[in-house]
Parts: sequence; structure tokens; C-alpha cells
Amino acid sequence: MSSLPAGISHDALADLLLALADDELVLGYWDSEWTGIAPLLEEDVAMSSMAQDEIGHALAYYSLLAPHSGIDPDAYAFGRTPPEYRFARLLGHARTDWGFTIARRYLYETADAVRLESLSRSAWPELAGLTAKMRREEAYHLLHLETWFTTFMSAAPSAAERFRANLAQLWPDALDLFAPLPGEDELLRCGILPEPMSTLGARWEATVRPRLEAASVAVPLNSATLPPRSGGQHPDFSWLWNEMTMVYRLELGAVW
Amino acid sequence: MSAVVNEASVRAALRDVVDPEIPTISIIDLGIVRAVTVDAAGVQVEIIPTFIGCPAIGVICDDVRARLAEFGPVEVRVCYDEPWTSERITPYGRECLKAAGFAPPAHVRVVEGGTFPLTLHQVVPCPFCDARNTRLENPFGPTLCRAIYYCPTCRQPFEHFKAV
Repeated sequence: MSSLPAGISHDALADLLLALADDELVLGYWDSEWTGIAPLLEEDVAMSSMAQDEIGHALAYYSLLAPHSGIDPDAYAFGRTPPEYRFARLLGHARTDWGFTIARRYLYETADAVRLESLSRSAWPELAGLTAKMRREEAYHLLHLETWFTTFMSAAPSAAERFRANLAQLWPDALDLFAPLPGEDELLRCGILPEPMSTLGARWEATVRPRLEAASVAVPLNSATLPPRSGGQHPDFSWLWNEMTMVYRLELGAVW
Repeated sequence: MSAVVNEASVRAALRDVVDPEIPTISIIDLGIVRAVTVDAAGVQVEIIPTFIGCPAIGVICDDVRARLAEFGPVEVRVCYDEPWTSERITPYGRECLKAAGFAPPAHVRVVEGGTFPLTLHQVVPCPFCDARNTRLENPFGPTLCRAIYYCPTCRQPFEHFKAV
């Protein structure tokens, strides 16, 4: 059963699917750290539930790639060295405090919504179907974030200022979610990617930048100085990688 | 045992397979069996998950294989050819959920393009006393598919099977 559009190379397919999967996997792992220590009991449950969604989405993306690469989804998730991961710089940072976590999620989820809407129109039916399903689940994440965005912005000045500073700090790294992919020309030609990443990035920025500026966030001018999708090289990630791959590395090839 | 192998008999057998997290509802009534085909190669079943990250999917697929073993070779495929939505739960399935203390999902109108108008202000009647003045405590619950509500009339917390 192969409905994969003809003419796509494995490398180009991996460029897209590993970027998507690694973003979701690493965000899921960072945010799962709130289980047990979130500021409210309800947030413990909410953050754990959303982290489980993200890790499930990562598994689904790795599983789409697996039949074409012959590589097991677990080997993608846990069998690579930190620099081999393809997630965006936004996801390299440690979870830090609650405001930082919410600021990152706000930027990530609004960007992911733009990405998923586009991918649900992919010429590859499996990817279109999967991302259409994800959009329904992510609707709950977006509602959660809208609530927290409003809560922080109307909080005591010290909390609101810190939240604004987090958003401004993370903005350049969030743009990395829309960095051009190495195999993008091929992906576009086959219709797997319906639109260039730069188009998606501009669409996201056109909705989110005015929203942030209206909330008095000092959104920086865009500047790309670091290599694209180099989140795996962030110093914070080596700690998380060690944690999340520990069991996998303990006994390679173990069957559970 | 020589069971009659056709789509109807396979679907009837699948009524015995339940959601391991809510064992009062069958996977047929939950609406996650998208297609059953029977041909010379055997039986093929397509499952569409309620939530992509649902950890029960592996168990459900194993249970389907075990229940259908008497019908010959069985292939179970998890797919997203169409999204599972809470509108796929049958009327009987909604009764099963309610009998187990779960409020059935509020009805959602699916609009063109795969999105749906999600609101947290939907009326979710209490599964115990049918009061309509319940309130949402948390849109996220103990599993991906559940939200937590409270009924001030009978003073019961309860779970709502999420509309999606």
C-alpha cells in the first residue's frame, strides 16, 4: 500500500517528517516534567495530557516514515545523538518556569496550527488525514493557551512583564519553526508540502505579531544568526536527552 | 469451529471487544471500527483512534486479533483515512457511557475543512441526575478523551467524554 506521491526521495521525506516529529517529541518531554509540580492541580492534569498528545503525534509521524526508511519509530525517538535531532531552536530550551513554558507553548501551538492547516491539504493522503485529525485535538490546546495568555496579560504587573519578556526572548527561535527544509523543493514539487515554509511563516507572523504588539510585547525584528533547526545543539537539551533515552540505551534492542 | 465469515458476522463478533479504559462500551458503539472487509486473504479491520496518542490502541488491536482468530487470518490496520469524531458514537453507545457514569459527548457541528466550533460553554447534563447546570472543572482529564465536570445539584464530580 503506497499512496506516497511518486518522485519523492527518502531524504526529502525525512527532512519534513523528522522536523515535525522531533518538534512534538521534545516539547512533549519538556512539558511532561510539569507532572506533579504544576502551579495548580488542574494544570498538572492539563499539561500531562497535552504532553501525551504531543508524544503520540511524534510517534505517528515517525510511523509514517518508518515503512519508507526501515527505521523503527523508537530508534528515531531515542536512538539518535543530540545533534542529529531536527527540532527547531524554540524547543531546545529547558522548561524553566511556568510563564516561560506558557510563552513557548503559545508561540509553538499558534505556529503548529498554521502548519497543520496547510499539511491537511497535502497530496499525500496519509499525511493529510493524520494532520486533519491532529487539528481537532490541538483545538483544546489552543483554548488552554488562549486562557493562559489572557490570564498572564491581566496579571500583576511583575508577572505580566516577565511573560512579555519571555515572549520577546523566544520570538526569534519560534521563527525557526518555519526555516526552509533541505528537501523543500522536492516536497513542494510532489505536493507533499502544499506551500513553502516561508509562506507559512509569513501567515503565522501576520496573525501573531499584531496580537503580541497589541499586548505591549517588544517583538524583535527578525534575524537569523544560528543554523536552522539546530535545537538539538542547545546546551539544555543534552540533559533532557540523557533522561529521555536512558532506558532505551540501557539495553539496546530490548523487547518490552 | 467453523464460523460463518462475512462482514456482518465479523462486526457482530467485534461487539465483544470493549474499550479497555471504558469497558462498558464496545469498539463498534464507540465508532472506531471504520471498515471490515472479508476476502480470500482473510479479514481486514480498519481502526480509527479516538485520539492519536491513545495508549489503548495497541491493546485494542490485540483484542480484535484475539476475538477474530476463529475467522482465519486477520489484519488490523490503524489509519487516519478519516478522522474519528465523537459524532461516531452510536445512540446505544451514548447510553452505555451514561450508564457507566460518563456524560456522553456534547454534539458538535463539523464544518468544512476539518475544523469544528469548539466551545467550553456547551451544556453537559449530569449523567447521574440529568441536571443541566453542571460546570467544567478541567477540559483535560485522566485520559486524553475525557474532561472533568462537577454537578452542583447532586454534588458529584463526573467525567465527560470529550467532543472532538
